[in-house]
Amino acid sequence: MSGSDVNDKYVRFINVKKSYDQKNLVVKNFNLDIRKGEFVTLLGPSGSGKTTCLMMLAGFEDVTSGAIEINGKSVQDVAPYHRNIGMVFQHYALFPHMTIAENLAYPLKVRKLPTSEVNQKVKDALALVELDAFGKRYPGQLSGGQKQRVALARSLIFEPSIVLMDEPLGALDKNLREHMQYEIKRLHEQLGFTAIYVTHDQTEALTMSDRIAVFNDGVVQQCSHPSALYETPANSFVADFIGENNHIHGTVEDCNEQTATISLSRGDKVSALNINCPPKGEPCILAVRPENLFIAGPGREFDNVISAEFITRLYVGDSIRYFFKMSDGAQLMVKMLNDQDAPVIDPGSQARLTWATDRGLALDKPADKDSVAAA
Amino acid sequence: MSNPELTQDEIRQADRNIRRRKWLAIMFVAPLLLFIFVTFVAPIGTMLYRSFYHPTVAELIPDTLTQLDEWSEESGDLPPPAALNAFAVELQALAAERLSGKLAEEVNRGYPGASSLIKSTARAVRRVDLAELQSSGGQLVLDANKKWSDVNVWRAMKKSGSVFKDDFYLTALDLERSPQGEIIQRDTQIYLDLYWKSLKIAFYITVLTAIIGFPLAWYLANAPSRIANTLMIFVLLPFWTSLLVRTTAWIALLQTNGVVNSILMSLHITDEPLEMLYTQFATVIAMTHILMPFMILPLYSVMKGIDPSYFRAALSLGAKPIPAFIRIYMPMTIPGLSAGALLVFIISIGYYITPALVGGTDGQMISNIIAFHMQSSNNWELAAALGSLLLLLITLLYWLYDRLVGISNLKLG
Repeated sequence: MSGSDVNDKYVRFINVKKSYDQKNLVVKNFNLDIRKGEFVTLLGPSGSGKTTCLMMLAGFEDVTSGAIEINGKSVQDVAPYHRNIGMVFQHYALFPHMTIAENLAYPLKVRKLPTSEVNQKVKDALALVELDAFGKRYPGQLSGGQKQRVALARSLIFEPSIVLMDEPLGALDKNLREHMQYEIKRLHEQLGFTAIYVTHDQTEALTMSDRIAVFNDGVVQQCSHPSALYETPANSFVADFIGENNHIHGTVEDCNEQTATISLSRGDKVSALNINCPPKGEPCILAVRPENLFIAGPGREFDNVISAEFITRLYVGDSIRYFFKMSDGAQLMVKMLNDQDAPVIDPGSQARLTWATDRGLALDKPADKDSVAAA
Repeated sequence: MSNPELTQDEIRQADRNIRRRKWLAIMFVAPLLLFIFVTFVAPIGTMLYRSFYHPTVAELIPDTLTQLDEWSEESGDLPPPAALNAFAVELQALAAERLSGKLAEEVNRGYPGASSLIKSTARAVRRVDLAELQSSGGQLVLDANKKWSDVNVWRAMKKSGSVFKDDFYLTALDLERSPQGEIIQRDTQIYLDLYWKSLKIAFYITVLTAIIGFPLAWYLANAPSRIANTLMIFVLLPFWTSLLVRTTAWIALLQTNGVVNSILMSLHITDEPLEMLYTQFATVIAMTHILMPFMILPLYSVMKGIDPSYFRAALSLGAKPIPAFIRIYMPMTIPGLSAGALLVFIISIGYYITPALVGGTDGQMISNIIAFHMQSSNNWELAAALGSLLLLLITLLYWLYDRLVGISNLKLG
């Protein structure tokens, strides 16, 4: 294997399957190659198997079938404590009976480093996460954000090449979470470790990752860059899970390589990009993001126009959400910036909604759910 | 802007509300407080009081004791005739009311042999004319038995007459007062040995329950809930069975022809039955079994609350499983372990039924001798003193524990 090949495939999941009871598969045939230094996020709803994949990589769970390779070598028979993988846990897992400095020194002490070196590294690590003065405190005396920074520093202090993070920001409030996202990104760029991050928060995944693998039901639905995931989701699950989307039910009228024509319940014919549109005559779903759906007005009208009844508007602050109801009962949402163009509409009045063909996605109908409203 | 201060009326109203709420809260707990007072505070208070307040002799021969006050016991002379006469009169009165035996018993503790002396003299003075006793009863007493001429009898009598005394505590600590009034050690050590033995037995039991209970609690805390719940019933089963039944079961197991010996002999491990019942071993093993839930339950509840990610974190940081278990997991179980140890130790040090049934002479603990003084020797005051010392010992242990581990670290469930 050439050097670049090893670096491109630094961590490999090869046909990984996992079952706890030899009956139900939690992870079904998982394949993923991770580049050295990449920031990859495993995103999915709870119970989708993403944490299990992380635990298998860390060595806390056995692989039922398939293989996991790090740097070209299978880690099947390597004990967790020999894998040299840093791990950050959701609830920090800082040892409560040790001070912050002792927590940080622990991985170095088990590696039997000389005391002077341990002390220096602990000092550096505290400086790295800007907690210089906190070495003598106990975890119980720290706030959530500080604890998570210590946990991060502890997972990095023994210089692992891979750092796994299992919903590390799940227990923090919104502002702190955003700050910590920035902090983790900064450390990742500064130190260049390979990061595998698990979360169910799509915003977090979009802002932080080089690549995102979207999990559902033990299967990776799509693995791509954040922008690709958002703009061209591979199927209706991804379209629904990443960001908000209006889902309009219809029937395929006609489709070719690029676009599909869909007839809606009232007979309106609209067109959209063909993503994974089923063949002609089948039911399908048309997905339009709320920010790509507009209230038609003078000078603003695109290829597709439908009419809907205005219900109410939700004032968010920087934006306003307008809710409409189609004649078949489906709800639509339009998101507009809160500027002077934001219209005021009377409830119950009819409005015309419009979108460009290349902003609408024709998708297959999800098998498990009958209707997916705007998420 | 208006002044944000409260008016007098508002303050009074608020105070009234707070007072009413407090009063209501007290009313709610009043039945419990009353119950605790009647069943706990009052008996213990009585016990403490009894251990040094002992008015029996003072009530039996008040006049004699008043007369004896004048007498200096160090002089080596017999008490003055007035005191002797008073004693003769009172002895007759006691004999008539059949109370002389009680006096005999009390004085006998300070002067062995005084019991028969007082009883025989009481018979001698019973029929004598009261006026004669008042004038020359003393001589009559002295003539009744030559032992009355021993000044130590009177010293013992005077001493037993004091209402408040530390004699019982001295006895409980294997000390006594020499004729010169100094505190000296007794020749035979009974009670200190027993305290020491009780501490040792309690310590063995605590260590054993910890050694056996720790892995079990760990298993329970980490097993799937279906298995854990089933096993938990077995842990709790002893709580639902009579203490007597459990102890008797141990008798069946440990006796000479019991289950354990039959098995050992059928396996040819021993040729003749081992003497296990009525030994210290029997006390320790039966009590370990009985007190096991007190160790397992706090341990289990603490272990249940330990996030498995701590151990995983230690592994991911490079620690091998056994060092990680000792350095990371074990310290987190300290609150449960110490709570269990404290419970087991304190309960076992004052345990009564099991040592009484399976302990024989070797396995007796301090509570058994307390029971003996309550029931057989009728020396309630000594029993109270022994009990008070036991209470003091437990309080001391608790204080020590607080200093070493900290009560705030205690977690019972």
